[in-house]
Formats: sequence, C-alpha cells, structure tokens
Amino acid sequence: MTVKTPIYMDYNSTTPIDPRVLEKMQPYLRDVFGNAASRSHQFGWVAEEAVDYAREQVAKLVGATPAEIIFTSGATESDNLALKGVAHMYGMTDADKLLLDSIAKGHAQGTLPNAADMVPPRFGSVDLDAIAKEGAFELFKDRGDHIITVATEHKAILDSAKRLEKEGFKVTFAPVHKNGLVDLDALRAAITPRTILVSIMMANNEIGVIQPVQEIGALCREKGVVFHTDATQAVGKIPVDVNALNIDLMSISAHKMYGPKGIGALYVRRRKPRVRLEANIDGGGHERGMRSGTLNVAGIVGLGAAAELCTKELEAEMAKTRALRDRLWHKLSTDLDEIFLNGDPERRLPGNLNVSFAYVEGEALMMAIKDVAVSSGSACTSASLEPSYVLRALGVGDDLAHSSIRFGIGRFTTEEEVDYVGQLVVDAVRRLREMSPLYEMAKEGIDLASIEWAAH
Amino acid sequence: MAYNDKVIDHYENPRNVGTLDKDDPSVGTGLVGAPACGDVMRLQIKVSDDGVIEDAKFKTFGCGSAIASSSLVTEWVKGKSVEWAEGLKNESIVEELSLPPVKVHCSVLAEDAIKAAVADWKKKKQQPQG
Repeated sequence: MTVKTPIYMDYNSTTPIDPRVLEKMQPYLRDVFGNAASRSHQFGWVAEEAVDYAREQVAKLVGATPAEIIFTSGATESDNLALKGVAHMYGMTDADKLLLDSIAKGHAQGTLPNAADMVPPRFGSVDLDAIAKEGAFELFKDRGDHIITVATEHKAILDSAKRLEKEGFKVTFAPVHKNGLVDLDALRAAITPRTILVSIMMANNEIGVIQPVQEIGALCREKGVVFHTDATQAVGKIPVDVNALNIDLMSISAHKMYGPKGIGALYVRRRKPRVRLEANIDGGGHERGMRSGTLNVAGIVGLGAAAELCTKELEAEMAKTRALRDRLWHKLSTDLDEIFLNGDPERRLPGNLNVSFAYVEGEALMMAIKDVAVSSGSACTSASLEPSYVLRALGVGDDLAHSSIRFGIGRFTTEEEVDYVGQLVVDAVRRLREMSPLYEMAKEGIDLASIEWAAH
Repeated sequence: MAYNDKVIDHYENPRNVGTLDKDDPSVGTGLVGAPACGDVMRLQIKVSDDGVIEDAKFKTFGCGSAIASSSLVTEWVKGKSVEWAEGLKNESIVEELSLPPVKVHCSVLAEDAIKAAVADWKKKKQQPQG
C-alpha cells in the first residue's frame, strides 16, 4: 500500500486551508490592502465590499442575516465576547449592588460630590436618587447574576465563566450523561430567575457529540434566558440554522472549516429577541461597536469563501467523512477486543472518532503511529499531567481516559489513509498489549479493580 | 514533543520484555504505579545463590518514556549484584535517556520498581522454603 506520510488525522484540532479558499484570499494579502473602515476612497470601498460579501457568505451558512455576523479573531474571542458581553450587559452581581448602594448613599448625603462619575459605565445611566431611596437590591432585583454552562465545554468557555465567577457572578457547570449529552432535566432545574445566560456547545471538540441545541434553545426562550452556543466544531460540518435551533449567540471559527487561522465570528441575534453585548475590546467602534479593531480583510474573505464551500458541499462531505469514520471504527472494533467508543455513537460529528484502547497508554500508542497526527486524552500529552476533563465528566475512568485517542477525519482524508492508519493502530495496540502488565493480568482473570494500586 | 533517540530506541526495540515465574523463589517481582495515573510497571529479576541478577524482565503500561525507563533498567541490572540494583538512582535514568522534567516521574517509577523487585526477592529468601 502506498500512502504519503505523515498523515493528518486531527481535523478537530485544525484543518488545512482549502486551496480554493487561499486563492480567494491572495489578492487581499497583496494588492487589495485598503482599510475597510476608510469611507472616503476606493481602496477602502473595495475592502469593505469584500467584507460585506463575506458577511453574507457566513450568514447564509448558518441561516442568519449579514448584520448579525460580528467578525472576531476566532472562536476563543467570540466565546469571551459572548459570555462577558452578556454578563456585563444584563447582569449585576451582589457586589455591584452594594457598590451602587454606597455611591447612592454618598450622593444623598452630599459626601460624594462626583457620585455620578463613580458609577461603572457598564451600568449605563442609573438614578442615584432612586437607589438611595429604594436600595439597589430592590431596584435591580430583576438583574440576574447566574450563568449556566457544562463541564465538557472548551476552555475558552470554562475559563471565561471562571473569570466571571471571580467578578461575583455565579456559575453552574451542568452535568452530562455517560454519552456526553447534556442532562436536559438537570439543565431545566438549574435555571433560576437569576439566570441570565446559558452557554452550551453545539458539538464537542474531543468526543464530537452533538448537543440537543434546539431543545436547549427552546428551554432558554421559554425562560427568557440568553442562549449562546460555541459551534466551532459544528459549523461547516453539520447543518446549522440559528432560527430553527433557537440560538441567540453563536461562536464560529474559520480554521476548523478549511479557512485561515486568526479569524472567526460571533452571531448576535438582532430580532426576537435583540441581543445586546458590552464590548470586550474598545476602540474605533467597528462591528457595530461590539468589536473594535481594523478588520482582517484577507482573513474575513477566507472565512467567507470557506463558508460558501461548506454551504455547497456540506451534504456530500458529511456522507464521505462519516463513511470513512465508520470504516475506521469497523476495522478497529473487528480486529481488537476491549476498545471503547467515547461519546454517543449516533449523535456525533461525522468525522470524529474517540476511542479508548484498554491496557494501552495513549501517548505510547501515538508514538507507535508517529507518522499519523492524532490527539490523545492521556495526561502524558498535556502539560497538566491530568487526563482529559471531558472524558472524566462522562464518567470514563482515568485508566481509560489515559488510553484514549481522537481521530479526526476531514475533507482531504482518503480511504487509503484510513486503511493504512487502521492497520497501523491494530498492530501497535497488539504490540503494546504484549508489553502491558495490565493486559497480561486481565487475561489471567485478575480483576484490576481489586488491586490496591499505589497512587503516585 | 520530540522524543530523545535513546527513548525511541528502547521504545521501538524494548529489551527484556516478558514474564518470569513469580512463584519461583529465586525471582523477585516489583509491581508499581497505578492504571489511573497512566503508568504501571512490572519488573522482575531472577537472582543466583550468590546474589547476582541473572535475568530481568519487564512489562509496562505507560508512555514511551516509561517503557524506555523500565527497558533500560532491565538492561542495566543484568549481571549486576542485588546491592547494585538497590542502589540505582532515578537520576542516572534521567541522564541516560535525557528525560525532560515532565517525564522524571517515569524514572522514579523505574527506580521504585527495581527496589520493589529486590525487596520481594529478599522477603522470599527469608521465608522458609515449603
């Protein structure tokens, strides 16, 4: 068998730029250099035209209107903008209310002559006399401070939520079922009158499971809570329609769908309901004031071109990647015993396969297939020495988390590559199991759970 | 992370993979680590009457560095005295394999494994043969 190595099978991590996308971008890296915000000359107009066109391309892919697309530097920034933007626009913590009370008190007693200037700008104009009279807790009792997200989210969400926690917001990390799907009953129970935002990803980056976004969105609508979804892994891979799925805010990344790195978008609903955000980045007021900074025209053109290709080719590509993924799983599960698929088998991205190979450590397996780029949930591949928190949240034991490999199949993966990788993995797992004391013990009928291992 | 050549060599051509009869009185077995931590090493030595390690075998569940560390130790201890094996320090393994800081625990585990194997052999020796 002749396949070219190294083989890239880590499409959930990033994807190569499609040559057709690169072609569209090139003029904007060379001759068309104008600032899209320059309204007074043709250099600016041409750039702005390209940006507007890309905005339409992105909007079309997700069923939005162009004005609802805010360009950012990528999904991490979009996630930060969504969470912090909503929290600061709609939320008010107890600490905020205490602060307002003391400012209002100083104002009423005349001890703070500049009291109005001391109100943090994110609260807009507040009536200090009314606060002094009624108290901020009474006056702003409808301003919530509670955010709900899920334990298996990407770090861009989890760490933004933790930052907000430090500011005084309260965050609930809702649990997931063993298959990785969010527990809808637990989610419903977690929503309180103080909840301002629910953020749940559309598809998971490690295990590829697709959350019941439509149901979550409907629940949020019913409760009057803003709903954000990080759709980095989903947009361009599965059909996404922001209206059908009841989405208010949605993070999009270009480099996961064959576009360039460093560019992404945040979908911000304009109607029913209109969602407002406090900007994270201040400056020239670009992107309707939500994200200042000179637009990355070439990147935006790339994102738009990538989105258009996905709009056209989505159905065919889904069928192709799913067939290749299933072919790989068939090979592995036919030839090897004691391997486990992590995440729901049906509700998952077509190109994602996350497998635990019992009694074999993930990094050792990656070393055995070093000409193949994959990822592992093993601690040894991370700086933290902790195995994947996503697999842990599913209740996968630490031993099997250490044994997990994520295969990401995409647009340029071939059947030959899948067959080559399948055989390589089978051979490597067999070799490493011959070397594994755990495999030998298990084959002798020793229950590994009965042994008192010395944790180290 | 790129691997050191010696680690790759031991990983690709591990020395002394296998199993000795753990019920043999001249065999000492050390089993250290935990599956939940991502590495388990089993190191076995067969010791002659005059205290020389005649044979050594290992099996390891762990990353490439863990496999290389245990492979290296079996290679080193063969033909040496049990006292030499007991005195083995993990720093020697770190140095030989140029292990980066995040992989030092693999060498510690290998040191623990050989010490556990020697201790097991000693315990057996003290017990009356049945």
